Amino acid sequence: MISSPIQDSITKCYHCGEACIDNTICFDEKKFCCQGCKLVYEVLSENDLCSYYQLESFPGESQKAKKSRSNRFDFLDDQDVQNQLLDFNSADESHVTFLIPMIHCASCIWLLENLVQINSGIISSRVDFLKKKVQVKFDSNKISLKELVTLLSTIGYEPKINLADQGRNSKNTLDKKLITQLAVAGFCFGNMMLFSLPEYFSEAQLLGKGFKGLFNYLNVILALPVVFYAAGSYYSSAWNSLKQRRINMDVPIVLGIIALFFYSLWEIFINQNAGFMDSLGGLIFFLLLGKVYQQKTFSTLEFERDYKSYFPIAVTKLVQDQEKVVPISKLEIGDLILIRNEELIPADSILLSPRANIDYSFVTGEEVPVSKSKGETIYAGGRQLGDPILLSVQKMPSQGYLTDLWNNDAFDKEKSGNLEPLANKISGVFTWAVLSIAFSAFIYWSLQDFSLAVKAFSSVLIVACPCALAMSTPFTLGNTLRIFGKGKLYLKNASVIEKMAQVDTLVFDKTGTLTSPANAKIEFIGEPLTQETKRILKAMVSKSTHPLSNRINHWLGGIESISIEDFKEIKGFGIKGIYQGEQIRLGSSEFTGFPYQVELIDGNLVFLTIGEIPVGYFHIQSGLRPCAPSIMQQLEGDYNLHLLSGDQNHEQISLREKLGEKVEFNFDQSPNDKLAYLSKLKNQGYHTLMVGDGLNDAGALQASEVGIAVTEEVSHFSPASDAILDASVLEKIPDFLAFAKANRTIIKMSFLLSFAYNVVGVGLAVQGLLSPIICAVLMPLSSISVVVFTTVTTNLVALKKGLIKLKQD
Amino acid sequence: MEVIFLLIGVSLLLAGGFLFLFFKAMKGGQFDDDYTPSVRILFDSQKNKVKKDQPTKPKSYE
Repeated sequence: MISSPIQDSITKCYHCGEACIDNTICFDEKKFCCQGCKLVYEVLSENDLCSYYQLESFPGESQKAKKSRSNRFDFLDDQDVQNQLLDFNSADESHVTFLIPMIHCASCIWLLENLVQINSGIISSRVDFLKKKVQVKFDSNKISLKELVTLLSTIGYEPKINLADQGRNSKNTLDKKLITQLAVAGFCFGNMMLFSLPEYFSEAQLLGKGFKGLFNYLNVILALPVVFYAAGSYYSSAWNSLKQRRINMDVPIVLGIIALFFYSLWEIFINQNAGFMDSLGGLIFFLLLGKVYQQKTFSTLEFERDYKSYFPIAVTKLVQDQEKVVPISKLEIGDLILIRNEELIPADSILLSPRANIDYSFVTGEEVPVSKSKGETIYAGGRQLGDPILLSVQKMPSQGYLTDLWNNDAFDKEKSGNLEPLANKISGVFTWAVLSIAFSAFIYWSLQDFSLAVKAFSSVLIVACPCALAMSTPFTLGNTLRIFGKGKLYLKNASVIEKMAQVDTLVFDKTGTLTSPANAKIEFIGEPLTQETKRILKAMVSKSTHPLSNRINHWLGGIESISIEDFKEIKGFGIKGIYQGEQIRLGSSEFTGFPYQVELIDGNLVFLTIGEIPVGYFHIQSGLRPCAPSIMQQLEGDYNLHLLSGDQNHEQISLREKLGEKVEFNFDQSPNDKLAYLSKLKNQGYHTLMVGDGLNDAGALQASEVGIAVTEEVSHFSPASDAILDASVLEKIPDFLAFAKANRTIIKMSFLLSFAYNVVGVGLAVQGLLSPIICAVLMPLSSISVVVFTTVTTNLVALKKGLIKLKQD
Repeated sequence: MEVIFLLIGVSLLLAGGFLFLFFKAMKGGQFDDDYTPSVRILFDSQKNKVKKDQPTKPKSYE
């Protein structure tokens, strides 16, 4: 808790830099806040790795909350698990890549790359800082995978081990192919320009006839890799779209490429003239450039996660009273499992222990734990807080109440919205227009001069090739993607922007999305609290990490605490302490011994007793984010608004008051209901955008045309979605939507611009006047001016909407 | 002027060589991580890390 500015007089832990509050541990003339931090230092100093502390001050992370159970990595001895985790395995060398979220500074890189000094079984290790990954090569005869992970977690770098995230690097190889194509196109284009230059200025004549021929043939040779390799993706895309009887942007492009290539061949070999090979190279090079620009990816974010990447990969199973750690995939119905503090429940189970205290925050977005008693069903996805509990598995991990969502069809297929990119709509019309102009010109000229007719026909196809048209979309979208990224809305890919511009229905999840624990509404009911009681409470709640304690702490504000004795926190029940001989208890009604029942309508109750006297209780409701009403107000004019909530409907009246009349409320929605609701809207012909946060919204996010996951911390877990939004900029949703719409206008305007070029070009072409030099000038000029236009206008609009600021960075 | 034939050949070979080197570098993963090496280069190597009182502190990396 950092409530006041830290003064220099406060002792800071040498390892993590946190203020040492309770008991400072001195070791080696250094001060540590806890045993964990000291332990890390000990390991590092023994191995002569203290440079760690000199590269950055306080590089470590507090080790206070560290779990110390020794057998928690036992599942790593399982051969199946090892096979899935290891990148490479041979008799004396194994490679493994870990994701370590803790990596944050230069010291981290240094330490992790010097692991070899701690254990000689490690051959080498290499950090990828931006991806927060470390690749370790080790000798499995000297150090096992389990020992390696244990070692990492001892020095404070516990890897996040996740089977679902393994082997997901196929995305990058696709990118590489595009880059290779671009490099080939660039190389050939550059050289072709050089060889074509003499032709433009009639210098070739001076060099003699031999050179002219040579330059042309060299151009043909250089054009071959461009046409047959670099442009490859356009052919397949155009072919696929034709097979579906549709015309996408790539069809006219391919038409242009074919016309350029074969007409140039004809010119060079039959007529001994210069062809348009340089223009062809330039066309493909610029097109690929646009494609690369559009592919901005946020490599640290993961948009495809399902529940498997959230669930643990192993669980402690009880077999004849013996604890055994097994991978989740080997769990069977009827198994007894032991879930310890902070561990996740992997399958729907029945509680066998008397009490459990389950935190469902990742599932519902509500962070206050729910109390469960013996015999109740506990759904997968919850996290136990407090003492270990015993459960009997009722359903396979993949068949649970929550995980069943992923068996829905919506997850099987790629998202198929009925929203078509603007460029595809236009290209159909465009292609037919170009073809008809070309044929008219052909027929007109063929009456007089057949060779001129062929020239006019191919010239039209060449010049009307929608280079500028095809580039305006990727550059506008690519730029918008970057602007959104700066505004903390991270999109999966550029096509999401076009979909965002076309949605007409917005669906919001309530808990965790529109409401936030930070805006909790707290009421104390009972005898008014005296100043002294408040100070006692402050002392108690500031020592507890329970979310309700945090909220009460927040509510109490800057009241100075008073010292109390014998403070204890009993997980799942409450906290207690002694002040002036009297026991103060704060927590559940049975814990505090509150004599009478209070009917809970909504939210949570926290009872307070001093001695044996019941003083009263706190009624805590999670409140709406302050920006929620204004978001609704800004959006209600243009969109249909819906609100889905897993809660009961007793808040409806107050919500309606705040959010306005136009929002359609739906309460009591299970994860599957939410999915069905979105599918229903879609079937009714609405274009939907869903804003949600927890795993319970995963189905709805998938079923919507655009799914936006809201998260407090973007690098943390978020369900599969099209976009991830930082919760702090939720109020900007209307701006983001408006900007996506403005984008569409910008694309349309740049289409007009490139049409203007086409009119000039086609005008020349139908008269049979097009020469290689005109083509070589007109083509890059139109492309570049379109790129400049879209870049400048998107930035201007973003600036006007306040999505970017001048002088950033 | 016949030297131009030779020059063209040389220039194409040279440029092709660069293209080849670029592919090799890309395949070798040199462009995968464009941040960490900039930090790594600033670390003192193990040999001259014989305990100094004031180890050279790298400048900020941000």
